[in-house]
Amino acid sequence: MGESVATEDPSVETEHRLALYRAMVLSREFETEAERQYKAAKIGGYCHLSSGQEATTVGTVTALEEDDYLVTGYRCHGFALARGVSADSAMAELFGRQDGCAHGRGGSMHLLDVERHFYGGWGIVAGQLPIATGLALGIVRQDRSQAVLCELGEGAVNMGAWHESLNLASLWKLPVVFLAVNNEYGMGTAVDRASAEPEVFRRASAHRMHGERVDGNDLDAVVEAATRLLTLAREEREPAVLEAVTYRYRGHSVADAGLAYRTKDEIAEWSGNRDPIELERSRLLEAGVAAGEIEAIEDDAREEVKRAVEFAEASPEPALDGLARGMHAPGSEAQFAGMRAGSPFGEETLTFDAGLGS
Amino acid sequence: MTPPAATAPRPARESPEGGVQTMTYREAIRLALREEMQLDERVFVMGEEVGLFDGSYKVTAGLMDEFGSERVRDTPISEEAFVGAGIGAAMIGERPVVEIMTLNFLLVAMDQVVNHAAKVGAMFGGEVRVPMVIRTPNGAGNQLTAQHSQSFDGWFAGTPGLKVVAPSNPADARALLKAAIRDDDPVLFIENLPIYKEKGEVDTEDDSLGEIGRAAILREGTDLTLCAHSFATVRCLEVADLLEQRHGYSVEVVDLRSLRPLDVETVAASVAKTNRALCVEEGWPSYGVTAELAARIQRACFDELDAPVERVGMAEVPLPYSKPLELGAMPGKDRICAAALATLEGAR
Ligand SMILES: Cc1ncc(C[n+]2csc(CCOP(=O)(O)OP(=O)(O)O)c2C)c(N)n1
Repeated sequence: MGESVATEDPSVETEHRLALYRAMVLSREFETEAERQYKAAKIGGYCHLSSGQEATTVGTVTALEEDDYLVTGYRCHGFALARGVSADSAMAELFGRQDGCAHGRGGSMHLLDVERHFYGGWGIVAGQLPIATGLALGIVRQDRSQAVLCELGEGAVNMGAWHESLNLASLWKLPVVFLAVNNEYGMGTAVDRASAEPEVFRRASAHRMHGERVDGNDLDAVVEAATRLLTLAREEREPAVLEAVTYRYRGHSVADAGLAYRTKDEIAEWSGNRDPIELERSRLLEAGVAAGEIEAIEDDAREEVKRAVEFAEASPEPALDGLARGMHAPGSEAQFAGMRAGSPFGEETLTFDAGLGS
Repeated sequence: MTPPAATAPRPARESPEGGVQTMTYREAIRLALREEMQLDERVFVMGEEVGLFDGSYKVTAGLMDEFGSERVRDTPISEEAFVGAGIGAAMIGERPVVEIMTLNFLLVAMDQVVNHAAKVGAMFGGEVRVPMVIRTPNGAGNQLTAQHSQSFDGWFAGTPGLKVVAPSNPADARALLKAAIRDDDPVLFIENLPIYKEKGEVDTEDDSLGEIGRAAILREGTDLTLCAHSFATVRCLEVADLLEQRHGYSVEVVDLRSLRPLDVETVAASVAKTNRALCVEEGWPSYGVTAELAARIQRACFDELDAPVERVGMAEVPLPYSKPLELGAMPGKDRICAAALATLEGAR
């Protein structure tokens, strides 16, 4: 992680490009499979897909150093995978199984991986912004050279939490880059029906913060901008807003057909002419990578997703006695001795024998 | 991506055929909104996705077509701002009906609701009123996980200055929403996700308003009182049937309909007759609606009680995603039934 696409050695560069290409394909395949499994009732709840947004996801995550932090909203599958969460544990989480990255407790919206410094998919619009700001505050207090990447949808910029977080980050010089993924719609509301300033990056200037816009479907452009801004955050403690303009192909979530508020032509324009994976594929071919090599990568990613479904199927459902797992820090049992946690009236059917901690 | 120009209202469709009709809870809410908007120019609707998208849960479907985008206003995702804007508009005589996509998202506007809307009447010595309705569904059961599966009814019902209404069937939903819109105080109108598809008969020619602050006896019985509101009432009605069929008990069901004001009289009269009470809610019971009920019942019916007042609610955990865990946490029929039998038979 962390290298820019343009390295000196062409073979290293090609290898890196292929890795990024694979990450984008993996994300697309994962989403396609997740939709299928949702429709087969293996996955429930809300399931927000990011098909069409892969260059933004992969391009920004690859710009993170290994010890940088990542925080996202609920449209988080692609970010999790790009950060190195295995397709197995992500899919198992979508299936609500014990081996999921949140042990079946979080589902599609709440993937995480503490080891990889991915501090969660969050479900309340803009709720993750103050938290990302706080991670950056922690970095400053610990005097470390790290940055935070905080994903949000363009719909989130109309929340108070956005304005408050930007101000705090700018005022205190906190190392956080707010990645506003502008996929044109927040649910069924087009950006210019919700934002008086639809060029979201411009809002940074109100807080004397740097803001810029990038073509979110152009992997090279995303990597360049994200690397530059994350470096500034990490090294100079300069927060920034990066607006990535992209498009979501599917509905807001799997339950939304996604056609009531936009035309099929509009979707076709983006998926037909501006698809980020197609764009990168043609660049690879232009650079002389053999079509067979690309196809092998695609097959490999598809296989990985297939195996992930098998893994998820085989993983056990969480046991009912672990209902309160993780709710409180280990050692809290004694405090709750007088108020049986979770079942204050001692209902026999509610068991918390696995305790409150991990 | 181009925003549609503000749409003009189209002439109202013919009212649906009159008389008694079977309709869903969702349709009953929509009917009440239409009727009140037709009657009173001051009534307008705003919220996320209420217009072009027809409402996240399709409650407001067709209303933007009928009334135009000035009266059915799509908002940005800015709950604090548009809840507060509702308060302000109401203070000078508008009658806003603000839709919050789900109760979970009302938390970001909690300050406007609790520390502003609820305060205006008393804090300004009765000089100003806030005739506003906030409609929003709560509820769990669809694996929506910890941040999206909550019922905070008790928090709001515990706030002086607010009225909180939460009907359990289509006829009451229509009548109470009409009453809420015409009420001169801020009313939180709590709906529920699984309840939207519940069907019931609605007499569309009956224009009488629901009575805020009146509970209803939905089923008469002599052995036990089940006391609930909103979707928990739907569960209780089914449990009452089960208890009669399988165990031969005669169970009364009191539907609170309104949490603040609370109709303690109707609840107490029922418990005085049955001598046993089980209170059920969808939310966490500690410090909740059922806690309030238990305290009031023991005070009003101390001499008549043959068993401790029992309560069933959501397991007190942030709701997990996993289906079996979620089901295990919910106040389902099995748990209500077991608690009812324990109350009836004294076993625990
Ligand atoms: C405070 C709050 N209000 C409403 C919602 C419901 N909601 C979930 S996603 C969403 C749209 C967000 O759009 P955007 O920020 O553009 O992100 P995208 O979904 O396009 O990735 C809404 C309204 C929520 N989760 N939180």
